[in-house]
Amino acid sequence: MQASTNLISTTDFLLHLADNALIMGHRNSEWCGHGPVLEQDIAISNIALDCIGQARNFYQYAARLMGEGHTEDSLAYLRDERAFRNCLICELPNGDWAQTVLRLYFFSTYQYFLFQQLQHNSDAELAGIAAKSLKEVTYHLRWSSEWVIRLGDGTEESRQRILQALDALWPYTGELYTPVAYESVGEADMASIQTAWLDHVKAVLEEATLSMPDMGWMQQGGKTGIHTEHLGYILAEMQFLQRAYPGAEW
Amino acid sequence: MEKTAEEIFQDKIDREIRIEPRDWMPEKYRQTLIRQISQHAHSEIIGMLPEGNWITRAPNLRRKAILLAKVQDEAGHGLYLYSAAETLGISRDEMYEQLHSGRAKYSSIFNYPTLSWADMGAIGWLVDGAAIMNQVPLCRTSYGPYARAMVRVCKEESFHQRQGFEILLTLSKGTQAQRDMAQDALNRWWWPSIMMFGPKDDESPNTVQSMRWKIKRFTNDELRQKFVDICAEQVKILGLTLPDPDLKWNEATGHYDFGVINWDEFWQVVSGNGPCNKQRLDARRKAWNEGAWVREAATAYAAKRAARQAEKRA
Repeated sequence: MQASTNLISTTDFLLHLADNALIMGHRNSEWCGHGPVLEQDIAISNIALDCIGQARNFYQYAARLMGEGHTEDSLAYLRDERAFRNCLICELPNGDWAQTVLRLYFFSTYQYFLFQQLQHNSDAELAGIAAKSLKEVTYHLRWSSEWVIRLGDGTEESRQRILQALDALWPYTGELYTPVAYESVGEADMASIQTAWLDHVKAVLEEATLSMPDMGWMQQGGKTGIHTEHLGYILAEMQFLQRAYPGAEW
Repeated sequence: MEKTAEEIFQDKIDREIRIEPRDWMPEKYRQTLIRQISQHAHSEIIGMLPEGNWITRAPNLRRKAILLAKVQDEAGHGLYLYSAAETLGISRDEMYEQLHSGRAKYSSIFNYPTLSWADMGAIGWLVDGAAIMNQVPLCRTSYGPYARAMVRVCKEESFHQRQGFEILLTLSKGTQAQRDMAQDALNRWWWPSIMMFGPKDDESPNTVQSMRWKIKRFTNDELRQKFVDICAEQVKILGLTLPDPDLKWNEATGHYDFGVINWDEFWQVVSGNGPCNKQRLDARRKAWNEGAWVREAATAYAAKRAARQAEKRA
C-alpha cells in the first residue's frame, strides 16, 4: 500500500514538472514567426524547444513508472484539463513581449532553484533530468532577466508595459513556491526556494529600476488541477489530432 | 590594351574566381544579387508562417519538437541571407521595408494555406525539395558571401526534406483517413511546387544575364525537369500519386513528360492574388509594428548602459 502511494506521488510530481514545461513551451512556441526581432524570434523558439524537450523527459519517465501502455504522448495528448498539474502562470496568454519575458523570468527563476535541489534527488533518473534541464534553464533565466532589465530601464513605453505585466502576473507567482502534497517527492526545501526566488526577483527588479510589489493575494489551483479558463483552449488546440483520429500513428 | 573593370570582372567569373564584397562589380550585378538574396531571405521568413501554423497542433511531442526546430532553422536561414545581402550595401531594415511595402517579392508557394497535418509532409518533401534543387547550384554561385550562406542552408534543407518525406511515409502506412489526408496534400501542393522554379526559360527575363554572371548555373526548365523526374519515382514509395494525368516516362528523352502548368495561376499569385498573400504580409507587418517599442527599448537601454560605462571610465 505504502509503495503504491509513493508511486502515485512520484508520478503526480513528474506530471506536474512535465505539464509545467509543456504548457510553458506551448505558449512560448506561439511566438515562432512573430517575434519583434529575428534574433529574438529564434531565441524564444529555442527556449520553447528546450521546454518541450524537458517535458518529454519527465513524461517518458512518468509513463514508464505508470506502465499500462502509457507513453509520453498519451500523457500529453489524452489527459483532460482537470488532470493537468501545471502552475497557472504557465497557461496565461502571452500578452505582449513584456508579459512573455516577465512570465518566463518568474518561471525560470523558480525552475532554476528547484532543479538545483532536484539534481541531488535520491531518484537518480529524476536527478539526471533535473541536472540536464538546469543547464538550459540557466540560459533561460539569464536571457529573460536581461529582457526584464532592458524593458524596465529602456523607454517610458517599455517601462509602462513591464509595469502592467508585473501587475497582471504577480498574483500567479506565489503558486510556484507554495508546495502541494506530492511535491514532497522532490525532497526539496521549498521554504529556501521561496526565499531564493524572492531575493532574485527583488535584485532583478531593482536593476530594472522597478520596485517589488506587495505580496498580496496569490492565486492557486493549477498544481491540483483547478485551472484558469485558458488551459482548456490550449488543450483543445494541442490535442486536436489525437482526439479526432483515435489510435492513429503520426 | 588595358582591360576595363567590367572585363576584369567577367574574366574572374569565367575563371570561377569568387566575387567578394570589396571587389568591383557592375551595378546591375549588385542589384540583381540584392534582389535575389533578399527575396530568398524574405521567403525564409514568410515561409515560417504556413508551417508555424501547425506547431501548436502537431500530433505528438516528437513531431512538435521537429517542426519547431525546423521553423527555427528557417529563421536562421533568413538571418544568414540578410547578412549576405548586407555585404552588398543594403540594410536589413531597408529590406524589411521593401517586404512590408509589397515592393519585394518572396516565393509564391508560401501564399498557399496549410490545411492539414499532411501539409507539413508535403511542404517538407516537395517545397523543400524544390528549394534544394534551386539552392544546391547556388553553393557555387559567383558571389562569395551568398555561396557560403547557401552551403549552410542546403545542409539543413536536405534534413528538412527527409523529415517531410517521413511524415508522408508514416501517413501513407496509416489509416485510410491518413492516406486520404496525405493524397489531398499532394494534390494541393504539387503544382505550386513545380511552379517554384519560375517561369519557362523563354519567359524568364533575368536568366540569360544571370547565367553569364554565374549567379545561376541551370535554367528554370532544367531544374524543374530534374525535380519532376525525382518526385515521379519517389512518390511510388509512398504509394500515392501526383495529380497529373500526363505524367509519364518518356523513353526517348529519358525524362518524365508532364502536363501543362497553369501559368495564369502562377502570375495571379505572384501579383498578390494568392489565397494567403494578404494574410502572410499582414502577419509580418503586425510582428514588425508591434515589435517597434521592443526594439526602441533595447536601443535606449544599450545607449544608457554605454553612457554609464563611459562615465565610470572617465
